Amino acid sequence: MKVMVCLKQVPHQDAKLDINSDGTWIQEDNIKFEINSYDTYALEEALRIKDADADTEVVVVSIGPDRVTQALRTALGMGADRAVHVNDAEAFGSDALCVAKVLAAVAKAESPDLIFTGLMTDDGNSSAVPPMLAELIDVPSATGVLHTEAANGSLKVERELEGGAIEVVELPKPCLASIQTGANQVRYASLKGIMQAKKKPIDVKTAADLGVSDVASKATIDKVYSPPKNATADILSGSTDEIVSGLMGKIKELGVL
Amino acid sequence: MSLTRLPSIYFSDEHEAFRKSVRSFVEREIRPNADAWEAAGEVPRALYRTAGEAGFLGLRYGEQWGGSGQDFLATCVLCEELAQGDSVGTAVALLAQSEFALSALADEANDELKRAWLAPAIRGELIGAIGVSEPAAGSDVASIATRARRDGGDYVISGQKTYITNGPRADFVTLAVRTGEPGPRGISLVVFPTDVKGFQVGRRLDKLGARASDTGELFFDDCRVPASNLIGEEGRGMQYILSHFGGERLVIAAFAVGIMQRLIDIGLDYAHERSAFGSKLLEFQTWRHRFADMATRLEATRGLTYQAARLLSDAHPGADLAVSMAKLDAAASVQAVAAEVMQLHGGFGQIEGSPIPRYYRDVAGFSIGAGTSEIMREIISRALVKTKELR
Ligand SMILES: Cc1cc2nc3c(=O)[nH]c(=O)nc-3n(C[C@H](O)[C@H](O)[C@H](O)COP(=O)(O)OP(=O)(O)OC[C@H]3O[C@@H](n4cnc5c(N)ncnc54)[C@H](O)[C@@H]3O)c2cc1C
Repeated sequence: MKVMVCLKQVPHQDAKLDINSDGTWIQEDNIKFEINSYDTYALEEALRIKDADADTEVVVVSIGPDRVTQALRTALGMGADRAVHVNDAEAFGSDALCVAKVLAAVAKAESPDLIFTGLMTDDGNSSAVPPMLAELIDVPSATGVLHTEAANGSLKVERELEGGAIEVVELPKPCLASIQTGANQVRYASLKGIMQAKKKPIDVKTAADLGVSDVASKATIDKVYSPPKNATADILSGSTDEIVSGLMGKIKELGVL
Repeated sequence: MSLTRLPSIYFSDEHEAFRKSVRSFVEREIRPNADAWEAAGEVPRALYRTAGEAGFLGLRYGEQWGGSGQDFLATCVLCEELAQGDSVGTAVALLAQSEFALSALADEANDELKRAWLAPAIRGELIGAIGVSEPAAGSDVASIATRARRDGGDYVISGQKTYITNGPRADFVTLAVRTGEPGPRGISLVVFPTDVKGFQVGRRLDKLGARASDTGELFFDDCRVPASNLIGEEGRGMQYILSHFGGERLVIAAFAVGIMQRLIDIGLDYAHERSAFGSKLLEFQTWRHRFADMATRLEATRGLTYQAARLLSDAHPGADLAVSMAKLDAAASVQAVAAEVMQLHGGFGQIEGSPIPRYYRDVAGFSIGAGTSEIMREIISRALVKTKELR
């Protein structure tokens, strides 16, 4: 079986973010990056299939600049078999549909049995790429998946619904699942794994190599800004007990409960 | 990369990838639980399993035993990062297993002992401890009195150990015992399984710092252990202990490097946010210069520590000298930085609940454990005198 895992490298959760000089995105110099947290669960889900069936091949795919190599090396160190790095200035940071188009081209070339992605990205937050990708390659998909069980011709998944309900769906393979955080316990890359990963191939491609054109973003970001500080905010201070009783007082005062 | 860290000539891309992996372990497993484990006085057993599965407990050991076959530089990366989890005791608990308890076993024991004890300890299924110190024998290792008498196919062990990290819960102890004459040549190392009759854990010791690491007294009353549990050769225990002190001392030095980094990072954030007399603390020249001193001190310790790691990995004749210097310097430097960063925090630095007072307490023992600073100076000065005589 072949499992393709799509992952994006995003600013580290602890990174202090500044907005760039033209106010259209964050300043990316001098900040730490990490694998999008949702995607780490997708990768773990794929690696578990490989743990159970050693014949499984796990291919990780990422679109992004040179720094993405680090994320792919980490994924290989965790146990993925090989990586495809789409290093293409136009495709990186493009809109969801263009990103999905590029990933679809990779999927067509790889023809995996399963595609796992994260439910969304920590930076873009759109959740749009996974279903678009599934549509473009004409496979069924399920989003917000907490549990997967791969059988011979199908993938059984448990989806998280609003209010904590769980929906069980069975998808014929090939298919795509976007994985929710907390779906599993993500493993750590061991030093041995990292050393072995040195020998694993990272295939670097451009969108043109994949036969896709016109991948530059159709959406333009006008402005990125921090929400203005609201002068009416009350900051409660004191001991935990004092803060809690102050907060209760405010809630009563505003009559919101 | 934090700006307080110089690029290093010692590490490969793989080391840096490993550093990230340990860092995410620290962020996910240790920091969120640090307060609870410090209060409990121990880390959960499951942490050893998680660390074992991540391959952290066997970095230097053979792949046939589940290790990674790497050198002491990898150990430095592990220690530096684990020590930044705001619970030095947690880092101590893990390294007392992977380095202190296992190194002599990995280098000197036969395959049968390695299969029975080393491999499961690397997987984190068993907890190990190193048992050398006694109430009347700390720095003076050669005077230990715990006796192992040969009786048929067994050793019968009687005596007492103290200050044993992981001791209260250990499944086995790499135990220094007297099998022969008084002095250094009468000492041997055995693997001591703690389910043996006559063994008892005494008090759990309530320590100044490193509180998440459990430390205790161990009592042995005619405990029978198969003679086949002997590590290496009888009478060579002292030699094994001395040669494996190198790794222990390096661990402490690397912890110190990580802690200094963490304290400087926390301090810089605080100095950037806290104002007095209308200026940020970082705008006062006093504090800027003190940060310059701390960062320089950190880099000096880092350089000495990494050099010691390289020499130890190469089994270089100068390794002992380098690692003694690294530990001596690291203990003094980290204690100085902890005091300085506490001073920076003013009253807030005195209040329990932030990492500042905890680190201050945690590093107090760095000039004691794994060989005191006085003993480091003895080793260094002896080496100096010897080279003078050779000239
Ligand atoms: C938190 C903690 C964990 C520990 N974990 C372990 C463990 O897991 N296993 C284990 O076996 N041990 C462990 N130890 C024990 C540790 O190794 C000893 O405490 C240390 O070696 C010092 O021995 P001592 O306490 O008997 O002090 P002593 O040897 O009595 O020293 C007292 C003082 O005298 C000084 N001194 C001693 N000899 C000389 C000399 N020749 N010249 C000048 N000054 C000298 C010392 O430097 C020190 O300042 C631990 C200790 C601590 C605090």
